[in-house]
Amino acid sequence: MAKHLTPGRIVLYAALLLMAIYYLLPLYVMLSTSVKTLDDIRGGNLIALPQSITLDAWSKAWSSACTGVECGGMKGFFWNSVKMAVPSVLISTLIGAVNGYVVSMWRFRGSDVLFTLLLVGCFIPFQVVLLPMARLLGELGIANTTSGLILVHVIYGLAFTTLFFRNFFVTIPDELVKAARIDGAGFWTIFLRILMPISGPIFMVCVIWQFTQIWNDFLFGVVFAAGESQPITVALNNLVNTSTGVKEYNVDMAAAIIAALPTLFVYMVAGRYFVRGLTAGAVKG
Amino acid sequence: MAALSINNVCKTYANGTDVLKGINIAIEDGQFLILVGPSGCGKSTLLNMIAGLDDISSGDIEIGGKRVNDLSPKDRDIAMVFQSYALYPSMSVRKNISFGLEIRKIPQGEIDATVERVAQMLQMTHLLDRKPSQLSGGQRQRVAMGRALARNPSIFLFDEPLSNLDAKLRVEMRTEIKLMHQRLKSTIVYVTHDQIEAMTLGDRIAVMKDGIVQQFGSPQDIYDNPANLFVASFIGSPSMNFIPAQVVESAGVLGVKICDDHGCVILPLPHAQDKMKPWLGREVIFGIRPEQITDARTAYREGLPVMACHIDVIEPTGPDTLVFVSLNNTKVCCRTHPTEAKLPGHSMELVFDVSKAVLFDPTTEQRIA
Repeated sequence: MAKHLTPGRIVLYAALLLMAIYYLLPLYVMLSTSVKTLDDIRGGNLIALPQSITLDAWSKAWSSACTGVECGGMKGFFWNSVKMAVPSVLISTLIGAVNGYVVSMWRFRGSDVLFTLLLVGCFIPFQVVLLPMARLLGELGIANTTSGLILVHVIYGLAFTTLFFRNFFVTIPDELVKAARIDGAGFWTIFLRILMPISGPIFMVCVIWQFTQIWNDFLFGVVFAAGESQPITVALNNLVNTSTGVKEYNVDMAAAIIAALPTLFVYMVAGRYFVRGLTAGAVKG
Repeated sequence: MAALSINNVCKTYANGTDVLKGINIAIEDGQFLILVGPSGCGKSTLLNMIAGLDDISSGDIEIGGKRVNDLSPKDRDIAMVFQSYALYPSMSVRKNISFGLEIRKIPQGEIDATVERVAQMLQMTHLLDRKPSQLSGGQRQRVAMGRALARNPSIFLFDEPLSNLDAKLRVEMRTEIKLMHQRLKSTIVYVTHDQIEAMTLGDRIAVMKDGIVQQFGSPQDIYDNPANLFVASFIGSPSMNFIPAQVVESAGVLGVKICDDHGCVILPLPHAQDKMKPWLGREVIFGIRPEQITDARTAYREGLPVMACHIDVIEPTGPDTLVFVSLNNTKVCCRTHPTEAKLPGHSMELVFDVSKAVLFDPTTEQRIA
């Protein structure tokens, strides 16, 4: 059946195109501003194409821009964020996988209550836990460190990762676990050799979700990390707010893009699993 | 191979529901036991308890004379085939079959030989390197059986293994399971809700309802001598006719009075005289199977009671034509030869073979005679 270009379709496409431009415009402004010279920015308007392309702002943002009193660029803070996000994502995803496995496949007395309590964890606002968490980190002696930040993110992420894995595992027939038990497989063998190999999509969902949450987090970063161990989101804020005479918009833009790149990268690599994983449980095969 | 004995087994859930109420079943080594009943009768729960996947609330289960109540599934020397096949999705057919053997730390050479032998037996050597998702329903069923066979357990447990197959394949696999049993002489417990599977496969059938074994016996025995109305109605297709009828005496012989719109006959039941005596003049349920009401040509004996009945509907099945008539205001199914059946609206002479007819108490639904 051939689709003809009816007036209705033309209106539809025009509307879609407009919306796409509307959403892409900020990205364009950021990108183009980041490669302009300061003179170009002052002289032209916001959406004009750059007159000449220079990567000076990028290199300054990366290695020599001032964030407060220090002038080492975003470099160090970028690696801070990597050091914080990667372990947090991996640990919370792995523990969430085991949690989900237990509450879906090895129900015990009270497991439903436990799961409900974990669910409540998804709805606790960040601000509520700030003070108790600060005290806890102090008691543990890991206040203002990356390890402390990792602990906070792992605990906060567990509710979500458990929920994701539990909802995935309940769609897998119980009989699979029964068959494995009769075959002689124990708790970990069933988990590692039977369930893990088919959990790829939900792993991707968890990793993307957790990485985006943790990388983009500002509040925990600004409260629980200080100075050298701050994540990139906090550093970006400091960079933009530190002015030495002239406001360097091109450097600000470049720094903002650097801060956003990893999440973009994760989406591009694993994005196609995201939708698949989220809808995996919807239709029982 | 081992005998199985289930002694007074009960299952009560935490919320107080009694699922099984004192089950007693014993089969010998090499017998094929069928647990059959409508859904919710507890048959699958009982199978899971034999497998060790469900706890036993009270009573004992013995496999080969050894009490297994407290053994975990892997130590009971059983293998199970599930309704959904439960093949490990990420593993090839070969891996599916060898998984249980690897976990039991069987030497690799022996595993390879076993996989080869099982694959040949089930004619699926060419499928060994495929994933379950690349197999058809029948092939998956075969792999699930292969996985059980490879372990060479003392008891095979089947949980409605044919329910997910289409009708034709189901009949084929049924024969294959029976062949396998004849060849291996293995002890099998097989759960089904399909009475035809129960009749065709079993050496022993336990008909279950509401957590109670209603009757336990050989298929023919259960077919011919049902213990109560439920068993009689559950086993047999089309099912037994149940006609409310009065017990009367005629020429010194007790019988049941059967009427249609045009008149009545008395069917004497010589084989049940003693048991019928207390019921003289009272109403009973007269049970007679469709093949016991037939045309004169098919009824091979002479001197049986005959009644001309008005035909309501006919259903040709090919080998037989089912004729439906109305007796004592109850729809009655009769199995006749296709060329002898008359058309609806006409009258037809039907012969009643009452030698295997049964009587039930209308209130307790238990067998009288």
